[in-house]
Amino acid sequence: MNEDGMYCIDGGRPFVERLTEMASDAMAVVAWGACASWGCVQAAKPNPTHAVPIDKVIRNKPIVKVPGCPPIAEVMTGVITYVTMFGRLPDLDRQGRPKMFYSQRIHDKCYRRPHFDAGQFVEEWDDEGARKGFCLYKMGCKGPTTYNACSTTRWNGGVSFPIQSGHGCIGCSEDGFWDKGSFYDRLTGINAFGIERNADQIGLAAAGIVVAGIAVHAGITAVRQLTTKPKDTIKTIASEPTDKNAG
Amino acid sequence: MGAQTPNGFSLDASGKRIVVDPVTRIEGHLRVEVNVDEHNVIRNAVSTGTMWRGIEVILKGRDPRDAWAFTERICGVCTGTHALTSVRAVENALGISIPENANTIRNLMQLALQVHDHLVHFYHLHALDWVDVVSALKADPKATSILAQSISRWPMSSPGYFKDLQTRLAKFVESGQLGPFKNGYWGHPAYKLPPEANLLAVAHYLEALDFQKEIVKIHTIYGGKNPHPNWLVGGVPCSINVDGTGAVGAINIERLNLVSSVIDRTLEFVEQVYLPDVVAIAGFYKDWLYGGGLSSKSVMSYGDIPEYANDYTDKSLLLPRGVILNGNLKEIHEIDLNAPDQVQEFVAHSWYKYPDETVGLHPYDGVTEPNYQLGPKSKGSKTDIQSLDESAKYSWIKSPRWKGNAVEVGPLARYIIGYAQGKAEFKDPTDKLLTDLGLPLTALFSTLGRTAARALECQWAAQKMRYFQDKLLGSIKAGNLATANVEKWDPATWPKETRGVGFTEAPRGALGHWIRIKDAKIDNYQCVVPTTWNGSPRDPKGNIGAFEASLLDTPVADPNQPLEIIRTLHSFDPCLACSTHVMSPDGQEMAKVTVR
Repeated sequence: MNEDGMYCIDGGRPFVERLTEMASDAMAVVAWGACASWGCVQAAKPNPTHAVPIDKVIRNKPIVKVPGCPPIAEVMTGVITYVTMFGRLPDLDRQGRPKMFYSQRIHDKCYRRPHFDAGQFVEEWDDEGARKGFCLYKMGCKGPTTYNACSTTRWNGGVSFPIQSGHGCIGCSEDGFWDKGSFYDRLTGINAFGIERNADQIGLAAAGIVVAGIAVHAGITAVRQLTTKPKDTIKTIASEPTDKNAG
Repeated sequence: MGAQTPNGFSLDASGKRIVVDPVTRIEGHLRVEVNVDEHNVIRNAVSTGTMWRGIEVILKGRDPRDAWAFTERICGVCTGTHALTSVRAVENALGISIPENANTIRNLMQLALQVHDHLVHFYHLHALDWVDVVSALKADPKATSILAQSISRWPMSSPGYFKDLQTRLAKFVESGQLGPFKNGYWGHPAYKLPPEANLLAVAHYLEALDFQKEIVKIHTIYGGKNPHPNWLVGGVPCSINVDGTGAVGAINIERLNLVSSVIDRTLEFVEQVYLPDVVAIAGFYKDWLYGGGLSSKSVMSYGDIPEYANDYTDKSLLLPRGVILNGNLKEIHEIDLNAPDQVQEFVAHSWYKYPDETVGLHPYDGVTEPNYQLGPKSKGSKTDIQSLDESAKYSWIKSPRWKGNAVEVGPLARYIIGYAQGKAEFKDPTDKLLTDLGLPLTALFSTLGRTAARALECQWAAQKMRYFQDKLLGSIKAGNLATANVEKWDPATWPKETRGVGFTEAPRGALGHWIRIKDAKIDNYQCVVPTTWNGSPRDPKGNIGAFEASLLDTPVADPNQPLEIIRTLHSFDPCLACSTHVMSPDGQEMAKVTVR
């Protein structure tokens, strides 16, 4: 947004004008990827160009955020075909992401989760634990705080996903994931057991704040018109479980 | 009005100005303005990168082990090549050596990228500059089948197959919903293929769209996902375990089989579809040898694909390394990426600020400070540019030079250098292609040559994928499983201050990252990318870059439909960042072509 938008020029004019023009006749805007959803790498500190996500520009339309760097292709086609097939926008969580793909953490469905629970960890790259497929938590895996479908849908036709190929999740679908320390810093503040309850408690506490926020968010009104059960939508958005890092 | 550039090109900006912005079917944001004379021949060209994100600024103060992830996001198409360059730069700075298996797996990922990028570039970004989709409707499916079978043994070649495809295409056209073929200068006189060749190419466009999904699975297996697989300073993140407890979750025989199968199918597709198509299409464009630009003068390649881990010298690098200047193929100059007087970036015509803009800065001392301003002769305003003033600053791209010389980089540069070095694996296929087409060596220095070199290199890369996968299997068989070296993983083991450089040959050309590390944090980080070389604006001495040079002297049949400009620019596979093919609701390409 700095330099009157001329850090990204299209047809001699600021690209942001093209975005506004294209969005004007749309029923909703799908923000594909972490850039459109959160700002992503160019918005990382110090954000020299003042890059912003779509919802900071388009304020009068429902925005469906499909974050990830990039998002999973099957998730992208899933979101768009959901809209064309059922004629409505999918249920969104309080951050505007489709619940069908973004309501659970990578960690919740990770096939290496039993090793986490059993205390079996990779201690350094390519050690015995790495070759046995132990949990990557100690190598900085952000699976416990990242909401995405990678550990279930997997990538490129279900072939693999980052953890299966030996690297921790870098949290690329989370807001501001570039500025949460190194990708190899171990997460702190998650409980080994009872993590669900811990998250729910935080989620409920956050819900009160979120409801107040929603009332002034013009986009939600439009979502309500497009969904079949408006009240449920609001309710589910507000009660979405979350964690410390997701807000 | 004419002027001579120091690197030997005549410029004349007195004629009519044509503006194309954005140039689509590329990665990134590109604008081009040209002046044509009274015969509609291009006499001046101005290429402008129209986006800046500041990744180099963002990297300062961060953990060097994280840099690969930031730089990887510079581009989603040449995904991984920036990450590889970055981990090499950090390893160079810290003196980290990687295991042989890690080198092999990195090569496999880099080669998979080359193959994927070249294939997608040719069919989906470039082919429609040569292939008229609408003309394919007039093709005789039987004759198309005969043509297909005469050039390749690819099995999908029956008359019924082409008939069905044509019917589908006709439905598309009748409904007015052309999908991926929506934008194009269909019917333009610069299209030369007969309807049958057009139909064949359209069939392969669709087949390639489907097949490219397979190639990237190599990235998914070794790197977890594509685009943007994961990398690791010190090796690769994936571990190998073929017969022990937990092998099922590591690189095991099932994973290795899957990679092998993808490689075999890739080789088949490249050799039976891509290469025959390029030869067949080139046969109809032998008279259109424009677009050579800098390629007949100055080209550069850093080299890549090290045969031996940690050895980045000429004898280890399988892709050629060196610089050719002023068309002298007999002399290959050696490159030293640490030498302060070799690679330098200038900003006299770029929207950045240096203390002294008459000199260039080596990337170790590089400065990236934005400074957006238009020259006095530009038309329009700062937020509504009608035409640019190339005598002032006019691009978000810097001007890198090698010892002061503008050079072309990319597959054609690599093949010219490999050819000049007399390396059979580059020279022989080039000679055969030229002989088959009945063209002299000088024909290589053209838009067509650039497109052909990319196809030859795609085959080379696919064959090398087979080679390195076999090498990995041999290594595992011999009991070598190591994929990472963690001796210097802990920043406490690092020197207080150090610097390093990493390089690769990205699909589009020479790529370098220079890093300074201080107190375990990034102190300075500079990337000099292929399209910075090719798409660079003028330097303080007035040397023009490869894009601008390539457009000169090309006749444009219809200034309102500048197919020839697009064709030549596309032949470089421009990669300015990540962009989409933007279309307006009524289906017109939103690229604005303005004639003044």
